[in-house]
Order: sequence, then C-alpha cells, then structure tokens
Amino acid sequence: MNKILHKAKVLCLVYYAYMLEYRAELLFWVLSGSLPFILMGVWIKAAQAGQFALRPLEFARYFLAAFLARQFTVIWVIWDFERDVVEGQLSNRLLQPIDPVWRYFAAHCAERLARAPFVGVLIALFFWLYPESFWVPSLASLLLFGLALLLSFCLRFLMQYTLAMFAFWIERATAIEQFWFLFFIFLSGLAAPLEVFPPLLREVTLWTPFPYIIYFPAAIVVGLPVDVLRGFLMMLGWGWVFFVCNRWLWRQGLKQYSGMGA
Amino acid sequence: MRDQIVVEAEGLSKVYSVALKEPGFRGTLRHLFRRQYRLIEAVQKVSFQIRAGEVVGFLGPNGAGKTTTLKMLSGLIHPSAGRVCVAGQVPFRRETSFLQKITLVMGQKQQLLWDLPALDSLKINAAVYEISDVEFRYRVGELSEMLSLQDKLNQPIRKLSLGERMKAELLAALLHRPSVLFLDEPTLGLDVNAQVSVRDFLREYNQCYGATVLLTSHYMADITALCQRVMVIDAGQLIYDGSLEGLLDRFAPYREIKLELAAPQPREILQAYGEIESIEGPSVRFCVRREKMTQAVSHILANLDVLDLSVTDPPIEEVIGRVFKAGNVS
Repeated sequence: MNKILHKAKVLCLVYYAYMLEYRAELLFWVLSGSLPFILMGVWIKAAQAGQFALRPLEFARYFLAAFLARQFTVIWVIWDFERDVVEGQLSNRLLQPIDPVWRYFAAHCAERLARAPFVGVLIALFFWLYPESFWVPSLASLLLFGLALLLSFCLRFLMQYTLAMFAFWIERATAIEQFWFLFFIFLSGLAAPLEVFPPLLREVTLWTPFPYIIYFPAAIVVGLPVDVLRGFLMMLGWGWVFFVCNRWLWRQGLKQYSGMGA
Repeated sequence: MRDQIVVEAEGLSKVYSVALKEPGFRGTLRHLFRRQYRLIEAVQKVSFQIRAGEVVGFLGPNGAGKTTTLKMLSGLIHPSAGRVCVAGQVPFRRETSFLQKITLVMGQKQQLLWDLPALDSLKINAAVYEISDVEFRYRVGELSEMLSLQDKLNQPIRKLSLGERMKAELLAALLHRPSVLFLDEPTLGLDVNAQVSVRDFLREYNQCYGATVLLTSHYMADITALCQRVMVIDAGQLIYDGSLEGLLDRFAPYREIKLELAAPQPREILQAYGEIESIEGPSVRFCVRREKMTQAVSHILANLDVLDLSVTDPPIEEVIGRVFKAGNVS
C-alpha cells in the first residue's frame, strides 16, 4: 500500500510541476470553460421574462456550480492517448511495470490542482460582481458535493478513456469524443438544468451517465431537489460499465497495437 | 551463468495487414469505398538464441523486420506465430517481473517529459520500478558519471542537445538496471563524439552488469565497437547469424575513400587509384580493397592535389546489399 501511495505521490508531484510549466495557458483553459456563465445570462433573462422552474437567483447559483463542476471534469485523455498510439509513443509506457492509465490520470489530477487557484479567483470575482448570488451551503451539501465532484471526475475520465481505446482501431478516435460531446453538452446539464427539460426527456436523461457529470453535483450544492442515493448509485453503475468495457477494449487493443512510427 | 540462454526465438513471425491506396482522386475514392489490404510478412520464421552477457548486432536494411522483432522480444506486440522467450518469460504477457528485467531504447522515441528536467522523469521511473531514494541517488550518480551528464540533469529536456537527450534517455531506460537491453538505433542522428560516448557507455554497462544486448544500428562503427556476433535480417528472414569478422571478410572487403580535390580531374586519371563510386566536381568516392588501402592512400596523396581525405567503412546498407547479392544463408 505504501508503495502504491508513493507512486501516486511522485506521479502527481512531477505532473504538477509539468502543468505549472503551462501556467499562462492554464488561465485560458479555465476561461475556455466559461460557457456556463454565458448560459447563465441567457437563462436569467429568460427567467425574468417568463415562468420557469427556477428563479433568476437560482439559475445564477446553478450555473456557477455547473462552472465549478465543469472545471473539475475537463478531460483530454483521448487526445493524449490517440497521439501516443498513432505515433507509437505508447510503447515507452507499455515497457514500464505500471498501467499507462495512471500517468494520464496523474496528469489530470495534477492539472486540477494547478487549475484550482484560477478557478477560485474567477468564483471570487463572480461573487464580488454579483453579491446577491452568494450563499453558504450546509456542511452535508458541501461534503456530498465534494464526493460527487470526485466521482464525476473519475466517471468522465473513464468514459473518455474508454472511447480513447478506439484509437487502436481507427486513426482519429477523437472524432467519437466530439460526437459524444454533443450529447454531453445538452444532457449533462451544462446548457440548462434538468428542471427545465420536459418530464419524459428528464427521466430518460437521468438513466444516462451524462447528468451525473455536471447537473448532479451542481444540484446538490445549490440545493435543488435531487435523489442523492440514486445519483451516486448511477455513477457507480455507469463507472462499472465503462470500467469493464475499458479493460476489454484495452486487452483487445493491445493485440492490435503495432507500435507505429518506430 | 554466461551459457544461460536469455533470449530465444523459434519460428517467430509477424504479419501485418496494410491498407493500399493509389494516388490521385480516383485512388482516394476507391480507397474510401473499396478498401484493399495486403498482408505484409514483416518477420518470417526467425529463430535464434542469445546467451547471457552477449552483445549481438542486429543488421538489416530499412523495413527488413529488425524493429518488429525487437518489439516482439520486448513484449510490445504479439507475434503472429512462433515462440519467444526472454529472461525465462513470455514477453507479450508483460508481467511485472519481466518488465523489470528488460528495456527497449528507441532512438527515435523519447520517454522523458519534454518540458521538465530529466531528473523529474527519473523520479517517476524510480517510483515505478520501486527503487529506494538512496539507491536512486547512487544509480543516477553512477550512470550520469558514465554518461558525462552530471550537470545536465536539472535542465529541461527541450534545452538539451540531441546527444545529451539520447544519453538522458539511456539513463532513464537503464535506471532499473535491466539485464536484457534491446537497443534500436541508439546513436541515430548523433554527432561522432556523442556516438563514441554512447558506445563507450554501452560497453561499460555490459561489462559492469553482464547485461545481454541486442543492438540495431545503421552505423557500422556501433557494430564493430560493440558486437562480436551479428545477425542479418532481410525481408523478414534471418539470412546470417555469425561472427562480425566473418560477415565483413565475406561481404565487405572494401573501404571507401572520400576525396575533396583542389580541382576536378578527368575520370581516366582518377580510375588509376581505385574503383570509382562517384564523381561530383572535385568530390570523388573510391572503393578500395582493405589490403590495398595504405598503398592507395599514399599513391593519391603523392599524385593528386588533395584538400581533404577521409576513409570510412562502406555504409552498412552496402555491406548488407552484398550479403543479399551473395544470397548467403547460414
């Protein structure tokens, strides 16, 4: 166990140093995830003009929480993995007695740490500009929110890493992710909270993995009515499904791998 | 111990399926709707054994199957047929105990993180291979001294020269002290000094740790400096396995003289000094038998106005070419 923790610590520390090399770019990466702020403006205006399930202030808080959830679930492993497979760089990782996924995962964890201060500044700026939206969630909500964020990060990583496995068979697995992302944007709650969905679509959406990435953690911290137990069970269930698919595709993919470019 | 067989391949084969595409718009459309594939037999029924501590040169022209063989030996790819055993294990199972015993260095691939100093990447390797801090410092000190890299380990990889980068890659690849080294063009693109220092390092590593080495290189000097035994592969088939002297005596009894003359000379005059390979203005390349080399050089220097003269082994491709022409299989 100590050896595993030591490996995890070293990987995270080195990749943290690596991510800090991109500190200037990090600010732009954080800003590139500010779609929820844009949608917040749209929904607040709409709520002021008509009847919606949420009031303008609730929309503001929801999209702020969605922004935070989005920042913690930004994943790019498919781009790295595809490049490593297509260019044969995966070979170096396969030669080491550790599954290559841990390097990608450590890089993502480290990036979250490096990104956090920028996110904190943006949230502080938001409350300074819009003080009415400030609220203090209960301790229980905060703890559940933290757990949901952690699981949503893992689930999103697992989802994309599973799609990344197709890089063993096709040259541009990222195309699948781009198609998948279309569903993600609309069904995750990034474009609108599930409260404004038609009831049938909402129920169907809740059976997919998407709302548990953004909507579920955001709803918990904002205090929207949400079935917490069902949410966590769905996350674990979908996580297990993707994990099984991922390991099967990984084993089959390695048989296909030819270490191109060498 | 030295008689122990460490690397064993028996009837090892690898077949790839490659999509074919004709050039032009019509070819593109045909490729889109009716894709055609061809099976490439990259390695065909290759069999050999390497004993502990041996340094073996693995030669062949581009696309002959050298790298594919190394990838199968190191467990990166699955063989299509045949049996392979390295350090007593089946490589493609990639068991931890196997991965801790081997390394594969690819001259055109890098494992070090580009934007960080080599030391950071080495720390990851130390953690992955479960090397203690004390042992890590000792090994890094020892290897960096052997490679003359002590003052370079704190610089970002991107700031290092190609030669320094290659040395750092070697350090990273050998930090866990593997007993079996697969080296694929480890001196590719390096200048002469860097090539010499990498060769010296590999020789020292082999002597210190009794490591078994299988080395591919297009530089004849790498092979002559390190290997007593060579294997030659062409079109996926092993066509020579024996001593280096035997290979050179039989297939490369010539050396090459490159001249830079003060002024161009007619071919009729030049051909008196040896077999002419090429003439480009004042630059001339001769092919001269080894036993006549001294005589030919002194003859040239005495009779021609020479600005520069160099004597080199023929490129390995030429040696291999002669092996193929002879159609030798042994």
